Parts: sequence; C-alpha cells; structure tokens
Amino acid sequence: MIVSELKPWEEILESLGTESKVFIVSCKGCAEVCETGGEPQVLEMKKNLEQADKRVTGYTVVDFLCDKSLVKFRLLAHESEVTDADSLLVMTCGLGVQATAAVVDKVTHPACNTLSVGGAQGTWPGSERCRECGDCVLDFTGGICPMTACTKSLINGICGGMKDGKCEVEPDVRDCGWYLIYERLKKLNRLDKMKEIQSPKAYSKMEPPKHLRSGIKWALELKEEEATKEEIAQ
Amino acid sequence: MSLKEKLASGKFVVTCEVGPPKGVDIEEMKENAELVKEKVDASNVTDIQSSVMRLGSLTSCFMLKQWGLEPIFQMTCRDRNRLALQSDLLNANVMGLENVLCLTGDHVALGDHPDAKPVFDLDSVSLLAAASELQQGRDLAGLELKGKPSYFLGATVTPEADPLEPQIIKMEKKVKAGAQFFQTQALYRPEKFEEFMKSVKHLDVPVLMGIVVLRSAGMARFMNKNVAGIVVPDDLIEEMDKAEDKKQKSIEIAARLMREMRDMCQGVHIMAIDMENRVPAIVDAAGL
Repeated sequence: MIVSELKPWEEILESLGTESKVFIVSCKGCAEVCETGGEPQVLEMKKNLEQADKRVTGYTVVDFLCDKSLVKFRLLAHESEVTDADSLLVMTCGLGVQATAAVVDKVTHPACNTLSVGGAQGTWPGSERCRECGDCVLDFTGGICPMTACTKSLINGICGGMKDGKCEVEPDVRDCGWYLIYERLKKLNRLDKMKEIQSPKAYSKMEPPKHLRSGIKWALELKEEEATKEEIAQ
Repeated sequence: MSLKEKLASGKFVVTCEVGPPKGVDIEEMKENAELVKEKVDASNVTDIQSSVMRLGSLTSCFMLKQWGLEPIFQMTCRDRNRLALQSDLLNANVMGLENVLCLTGDHVALGDHPDAKPVFDLDSVSLLAAASELQQGRDLAGLELKGKPSYFLGATVTPEADPLEPQIIKMEKKVKAGAQFFQTQALYRPEKFEEFMKSVKHLDVPVLMGIVVLRSAGMARFMNKNVAGIVVPDDLIEEMDKAEDKKQKSIEIAARLMREMRDMCQGVHIMAIDMENRVPAIVDAAGL
C-alpha cells in the first residue's frame, strides 16, 4: 500500500493560484484507506473549494489511479467537465498524479504528499515512479516527478548533462527528466512554474509521522488486526 | 586587485583550471600553478572532477593561494549534504578564499566509484542560496552565525544546450540566488555564443566564455559524440586533422576563438585538461 496524507489547505489553494475551475480526481485504492482520496474526502474538498470561490466542474473516484489506461478510460466519461476545467486536482499518491498528468493535457496539482513505505509502486505500475518523499513537488513540474525522472533528483531545473533529450548517465535508455518536464510545461504554457526557486527539500518528511505510523492508515494489515482483536473481545 | 574587483573595473579577465592529483604528490600541480600564475587572473580548482576520486578542491585552493594565485573554489553538490556544504563554505572563508563556483556536479555513475551514493541534497541553485544566506549571517536552518563570511559567487551555464531555454531559466534562478559571475561550458561556435549572450543580456552579469583546448581531431569527435553541451564544428575538426603540428594548432585555434568572442563577454575560462603548459602560449597568442 502507498501512504499519503493531504497537503496543508493553504498549499493546495496557493498551487491553484488564479485558476477558478477545477476537476477533482481521486482514488479508491490506497488513498481511500488513508482517507485522503475516498468519496467523503472528495466531497469535503469540493465544499472547501467552493467556499474559496472555486467552481468544481466535476469529479471522479477511480479504482486504481496508478493505472494510466484506467484513468484515461474513466476520464473519458467526464470529458466535457475536464475540458471545462482550468486544472485538475488529484487526491492520491504521486503515481496517481503522474498517471493523470500523462493522459490529460492540463495542469495537474497534487493534493497529497506521499510518504515512504520503502518503495511500493502502485498496483499496476507504469513507467512513472514516486520517491515517496513526503513533500510532493509535482505541482511545479507538470506532473512528472523530478525525484525519480532525474538521475540526480534535482528540483531546480536542468543540469549540463542533457544531450539530445537524454541523460548522460545512461544516454541509450534514459530520457533527461528535466527535458521531459520542460517540454510538458511548455506545452501547457506554464513555464513560469520552472522559474520559481525551490527550497531544499525537507527529507524529514519522508518518514511517515507517528500519527500515521501507529494508526489504521499505515497499513491495511493493522486495520485487519484491530478488527480481529475486536472480534475476539466480543 | 581581486577577480571581483577586476570584473567590476571592466577588465577582460582570464581564468584557467588546475586539477588536483589522484594522490598526495602535488609537485605537478605546483608546476602547473607556477606556469599559469603570471598569465591568469584566477584559477579554478575542480572538485573531484568527473567524479574521479582525488585530492580535494578546498585544500588545493588553499595551496594555490599560498603559491600566490587567486583560487576559485569549485563546489559540487554530489558528495556532501547541506551540513557539509555549509561547513566547507565556512572553511573557505576562514582560509581566505573568496571566489566560490557553485555547481551541481557530475553524477557518480560517470566516475571511478560508480557504486557511491550520490548526494545532491542541494543543487547549484540552492547551494548559491545557502552561500547567500551565510553572507547574511544565517545558515539554512535560519540560525545565527558567529561572524559573517563573504564570497564572490560564481556559477556555470551551457550556451550550446539544445533546447537552450531551460538553461536560461536556470541561469536566471542562479542569478536570483546570488550568482555574480558565470563560466560557460566549452564554446567553438562564436555565432552561437553571440546569440546566447543576446538572450541573457537582461541578466547583466559577467560571463567568462569557456574554452576547452583541443588535443586532436579524435578528442573533438569524442566530445561531439559523448559530452553534453559541446559542439565542435566539422571545419575545426578538419583543420585539426590536417595540421602537422597538433600542439601549435591547438594553441592557434584556442587563441583564435578567444579573439573572435572576446568582445561578446567579460572574460575567458581556459580548460586545458592535462595541457596546462599550453595556457601561457594561448594567452599570449590571443593577445591578452
């Protein structure tokens, strides 16, 4: 399972900036268990956004947002709502944000930070990878993760090691992550995102905080264990 | 006059590169330093260049200073986290080193210890920002320092990168984070450099054009194929190929490029890579 928690409301609102119409995407998989992306959380988010004078053009809760083809299929049913929106707000892990960004030509904002459980990569992983850094930057990078797409995990842009769109570490097989990010942001007309200086990452956020580690959100097994204990008690 | 003062006064400056040895025998480094001493305004000391383990940049800079050169302390983010980087910035100040060139650094995969853990806790932009914070008397945690260090901060840019726009966006961030001068990746096409300089005019920051001395046509072809951001045009390769005296030709080409581009920028950075003894002749031939 992938553990996520909601970003602070102020950060979410700031990332939306002047965009007034938002489509919400969330996930019935891990995010539902973490209570960051189930239907109740989406409705709560919708309410909060509307109170902040945003219009929610629609929403969908996909079974497993880490499956790109499924995301594409599900979003088709909401095509006009997605087209109408300025951007998408994705309430799940970094994989779900990247899967959504890969199939929609719109800015996708992460609503969550993904915390480390040591390398789980979704149910049906595609090429996207999430470092589970606990401090999601996908908002600044067009929905392509610089922590995993860049061999140096740089967050402030391209280095001098890109040649023909490839990374000099493995030029035969590896794209330069920042070349991909640049191309994506240029296509979305959002190169301004690349111009913001990113402060050094807070690596302390990588480890899940105590309240998640000790609670049912940490893992399904713990939830099951508790249920078993309750049964025994009864 | 220091490098900072020379650039401020409008002097066209010349810098070069001194590579520390793999080991502790510093005789050759000292010889190279003596050779270039009177010909350059400052000398970079590379920081574990190409991720090949060797004597460190900080100590070598200190030696260079003792030998009468003005060092430029190259710092990469590959091997140290934010604690060690800030600490070495303090070390540099206490050693009397003012010029610091802030780089991201090559990936460890390219060097002789490919199994090492790459750090990259900071990057070139956040290293510049960290040095700028230290100058304000604070560290990255916002805590107060005893005494304020001061630096002349440099950075690098690749004018031949394609696409160029992401390089310029990053250069703008570096200036915003505190970069006061730039040294570029190697240049062989004056017309491309002219275009680049036009597109960064708004930054109003001194740029030192990079020259990598060509050893042979084979080296040029190798760089074209393998080194990101370097383009040696075919006519230059042919010229090198046909030359009988390769050494003389390498000096001639470097000096010619410097003459062709000097009016476009504020200085030149010569990377001789194991041919340091050619630097004096190049500087003379360029009329600098």
